[in-house]
Amino acid sequence: MKNILPIVTIVLALIVIWYGAAFKMNSTWTYDQAARAGTEVTFSDLLRDTMQQSRPLLPAPHQIASELWNTTVEKKITSKRSMVYQGMITLKTTLLGFVFGIVIGVALATVIVLSRVGRLTLMPWAIISQTIPIVALAPIIVVLSNAVGTGTLMVPKAIIAAYLSFYPVLVSMVKGLTSPDQMQLDLLRTYGARQSDVFWKLRLPSSMPYFFASLKVAVAASFVGAVVAELSTSAISGLGARMLIGSQFGEPMIMWAALFAAAILAGLLIFLVGSFEKAARHLMGGRAL
Amino acid sequence: MKKPVIDAKGVDLTFQTNDGPVHALKNVNLEINKGDFVSFIGPSGCGKTTFLRCIAGLETPTGGTLTVNGLTPEEARKSRAYGYVFQAAGLYPWRTIRGNIQLPLEIMGFPKSEWKGHIDRVLDLVDLRGFGKKFPWQLSGGMQQRASIARALAFDADILLMDEPFGALDEIVRDKLNEELLKLWAATQKTIGFVTHSIPEAVYLSTKIVVMSPRPGRITDVIESTLPPDRPLDIRDSEEFIKIAHRVREGLRAGHDA
Repeated sequence: MKNILPIVTIVLALIVIWYGAAFKMNSTWTYDQAARAGTEVTFSDLLRDTMQQSRPLLPAPHQIASELWNTTVEKKITSKRSMVYQGMITLKTTLLGFVFGIVIGVALATVIVLSRVGRLTLMPWAIISQTIPIVALAPIIVVLSNAVGTGTLMVPKAIIAAYLSFYPVLVSMVKGLTSPDQMQLDLLRTYGARQSDVFWKLRLPSSMPYFFASLKVAVAASFVGAVVAELSTSAISGLGARMLIGSQFGEPMIMWAALFAAAILAGLLIFLVGSFEKAARHLMGGRAL
Repeated sequence: MKKPVIDAKGVDLTFQTNDGPVHALKNVNLEINKGDFVSFIGPSGCGKTTFLRCIAGLETPTGGTLTVNGLTPEEARKSRAYGYVFQAAGLYPWRTIRGNIQLPLEIMGFPKSEWKGHIDRVLDLVDLRGFGKKFPWQLSGGMQQRASIARALAFDADILLMDEPFGALDEIVRDKLNEELLKLWAATQKTIGFVTHSIPEAVYLSTKIVVMSPRPGRITDVIESTLPPDRPLDIRDSEEFIKIAHRVREGLRAGHDA
């Protein structure tokens, strides 16, 4: 419980600063309105108005909270205005991309570790792939996957999410699969072990701590990929699309609520992966941390 | 005349490095008979570990002949001639002690039905009965090393090669393990090759002490121990023991000055 106190302190401080900023930024509009109507603004009017504008420059925290409440608990989850509905779409893309990313990352790492040719040819390309801005690639991926007839936007979105998430898995797995030292390899040689034994019984289990550490990064990358994909593929659903709609139609509340929904979802995903990691470590005989 | 288990004739090994060739072993001649306990002692760089690795087929000599059970080291390894114990226990942290001992049995293709018998037997030998279900981190360093010896014994090799197995342990644990190793050796009648840099350890354990010296790595003296097979720890205070230890020290010094 001791750890809670500093966190709460920081959160409270941020909320205070936020209210201050909301008051300051939204007051411009209040003054404008008053000037047009030719009325004076008292301080209490100002305070009340800046906290409850319908299209504020910066919504106050309680406004976002209530918007979030309205769009999650109060709305039916089948409604397009429901953040749960939109969140599920983003979640589906994220998980699909995450799974693709893991499979691709692990497969490439295996080829790189087991073959010299793989090491020399694949690794540079993997690095280069991450230097290309995903926003530039997104439309191309959409067009190409439409051309091969995937039908929905789900496939290109998942590819974009996988494109971002395979890399941390790849890098960690290369490190993990090469982590056994010479002594460990010599020991297996004295048993006359085959290459497949070395891989399945030594390299793969040794790489697991690296693998699980990379999953947290990969799930976050996949999530970012999913949101960016929704923003850049002119998707009409998903949290990313909600943010875009909010900004294009001048609905800051939608934008901010979507942003917070995204943050909460991302936190949830990382927490889930973390719990999974803990359970796996326990199964592999690790001591409790 | 009995054939030696390990027979080295004029073994040479030169490593090609970026700084030119390094003469790791030069003209090594040695016969090890069945049931011998042979220690290799010498300063670092004398080739004692390299020679042990040659016996195990982990390095290939560039000259001379080396046979193990009459076979080449490669063939001997494939016929499961030896178990190898490294300086670090090197147990897999994701396997229990039983799981670790099972590893060579899995790889060598022992039938599953025999695993339990093998594991129980070697756990008894190293006195770790009841610790089979523990994970390595739950055991002390000495116990981990005992588990790694059990792992090397699991597949019934006649030869046990040990590369400074107790080098990382403190002296008290080391004494105890030395005593246990002698008991284990007496009980199993194995041929043991043991690399060490401790003179008391070499003298206490061995029937034959091979003194080596560096640059190039070579044998300077081979001492047949006159100590009785039954050796309590306090034999180290006997005159006989001190005499042998003295000869080892002389051999080391001679090699160093040369």
